[in-house]
Amino acid sequence: MKLPDLTELALRNLRESLLRNSLTTVGISVGVASLVAMLSLGIGLQQLASRRLMKSGLFDTVVVTSRRDLRNFGRDENTPASPPGESRILDEAARQEIERLPNVSEVYPDIRFPTTLLFDDKPHLTMVAALPMSAKSNDAFESLQGQFFSSDMAHEAVVQKAFAEELLGRTAKPGVDETNVKELAPPLLGKELTMRYAERENANGEENSANSIAAGAEQSPAGAAYSVVSREVKLKIVGVADLDPESMRGPTRARVFLPLRLAESLHIMQPTDLREISRAASEQPVYSSVSARVKNPAQIRTIEDAIKKMGFNTFSILDATRSLQQFFAVLDLFLGIFGSLALAVASIGIVNTLVMAILERRREIGIMKAIGASERDVEKLFFAEAGAMGILGGIVGVALGWAIGQVINAGTNVYLKRQALPPEHFWTVPLWLVGAAILFSFLVSLAAGLYPAGRAARLDPVQALRYE
Amino acid sequence: MQNQTATISASLQSATTPAILTENLCRYYQMGQTLIRAVDGISLSVSGGEFVALLGSSGSGKSSVLNLIAGLDRPTSGSVVVQGRDLAQLSREEIAKYRLRTVGMVFQSFNLIPSMTIAENVELPMRFAEVERGKRDSLAREALTWVGLQARMNHRPSELSGGEQQRAALARALINRPQVLLADEPTGNLDSHTGIEIMNMVRDFNQQLGMTVVMVTHERALAERYVQRLIFMADGKLIGEEINSATAAASVAAMNEGCDAQRRMS
Repeated sequence: MKLPDLTELALRNLRESLLRNSLTTVGISVGVASLVAMLSLGIGLQQLASRRLMKSGLFDTVVVTSRRDLRNFGRDENTPASPPGESRILDEAARQEIERLPNVSEVYPDIRFPTTLLFDDKPHLTMVAALPMSAKSNDAFESLQGQFFSSDMAHEAVVQKAFAEELLGRTAKPGVDETNVKELAPPLLGKELTMRYAERENANGEENSANSIAAGAEQSPAGAAYSVVSREVKLKIVGVADLDPESMRGPTRARVFLPLRLAESLHIMQPTDLREISRAASEQPVYSSVSARVKNPAQIRTIEDAIKKMGFNTFSILDATRSLQQFFAVLDLFLGIFGSLALAVASIGIVNTLVMAILERRREIGIMKAIGASERDVEKLFFAEAGAMGILGGIVGVALGWAIGQVINAGTNVYLKRQALPPEHFWTVPLWLVGAAILFSFLVSLAAGLYPAGRAARLDPVQALRYE
Repeated sequence: MQNQTATISASLQSATTPAILTENLCRYYQMGQTLIRAVDGISLSVSGGEFVALLGSSGSGKSSVLNLIAGLDRPTSGSVVVQGRDLAQLSREEIAKYRLRTVGMVFQSFNLIPSMTIAENVELPMRFAEVERGKRDSLAREALTWVGLQARMNHRPSELSGGEQQRAALARALINRPQVLLADEPTGNLDSHTGIEIMNMVRDFNQQLGMTVVMVTHERALAERYVQRLIFMADGKLIGEEINSATAAASVAAMNEGCDAQRRMS
């Protein structure tokens, strides 16, 4: 029998015992709905997590360090450490070279140093870091009060909420809700902050500065020696960040941020510079570490490899997210198994319905065989009925699952709103899931039809026709 | 056209080999401890274009013989050869094809599918034969016109009288132009008047289309009016055979009624 005929007969037979077949189809659709609901929750949560990570700016960043750097990030300990004298210097030329790699959007030096800031003539010791202008899109600055730096050279600063509290002399009491950043910002915005820092000056320059220290004086080559001069710079507070943009950096995370170009122009002495005293001097700046931002996080591994080939050490948060992905794979698996359980129950419903249909249509099957239907025709007809129920149930089920998801999503967002949290879209039904769910429902139904179809096909026509 | 050539080849064949040939045909059933010999060594030959009746009381095994010839059942031993084909040699798939194309069946209880209209019932065998829809429709209409049911095409079997249902069943049996028509008590559920109507139709197919007809019945009087040969069965065995003495008279009557039938058809 040809497919259109088969489909037509199958649908006709399904219409004949409408109630029973509808109930079976509803059973399948509930199964499919639960599967779709479970999986779209899993997928939605995963997307939410990676969206968050992506915005955090750490997900698409590769930290590059020189192999001379003893810190080594604890990674790649297996790679043979090249002797310090031979390994490459992470200088401006190297930075530009990395920037030219495909899919790298920018490479900027990591400038990070502990220092003292004066506010209202009171000193506060904290970690300061420089940020490129692109950091504006960082998730942590989403609820920034005030604004981000007006330019890359502006004498401006953004402070983190905890530091803002410290400046204002407030400390969050335990058990009490965190201070709202909106209250902290107004008294600080536009105020001046005086940053003390140590400027690294070439030794060839003036050496008569009162508090300059001569380092590496015995080494004669020009530029090998430098002095450190104490300086001060005034910064205007333009913004207060609610979240901690560097939460993942742990103890070295900074609480005050200034524009990158400005920080570079100040030639600030960094703690890591001490280790580079013996390094051959060059006219261009030398960095202890640079951050490379990647256009597409999927490319991060290739880029890391390319940078490693250039002779540097790399580290990316991707290594850390791998375990996150693993977690979601397991979560999806479990959600899928729970979702499939309902579908398995529904498939038993199909078997039941079709076996009942065989009993009921015994005579009809006998007639069809008597007038020339082959066993395969009968088998195909029952398969078609099972398949049609599967597809119908799949379509209804996907719609139902989607609706359930929308309702739960909306309900959760009402709750989030009440908690003064931004709404989230954590329920996603991707197109592939729609297709896959219907296909899966179809296949499960066909599998359920296997036994009834075989039984119907093998029915003895003489027996079937003998009795009314 | 296919039908014509088939008919010609069937009639050519009939001169040499019989249309239906059974040799020592046996069909036993195991019922608990007892072995039921439903068909017990039947050797039978029906030539092409012949109209024969299998007569016997109920349980004599006549229907079982018909089922074996139809390929619905497989013999315990012995052979059935129809149109030169040994059914034992055919695969399940080929047996289905054989039922589809070589034999047509009508039953006492009509056996129309109640959920389908008359037209759909009639065209169902063509669906199995994978005939195109357009051709199917026109052939079904044609067949229903033959049996005078064109006006009832879109009715369901339950809306039709017994005679009409049996006419529809005849149309269905003939739709794939088989060479052999097997009728199992075709008038058993009909009143005598309607029964005669149906029998006239069967005779028309036999005489005008050259179809070989084997009819199972227990009404000797009806059989004598139409068939050329009567075969008597009891307890699964052949117990006698009679060439119909009334054949000549029946032929004359058939001629007259055949004309009637032709007038009806045209």
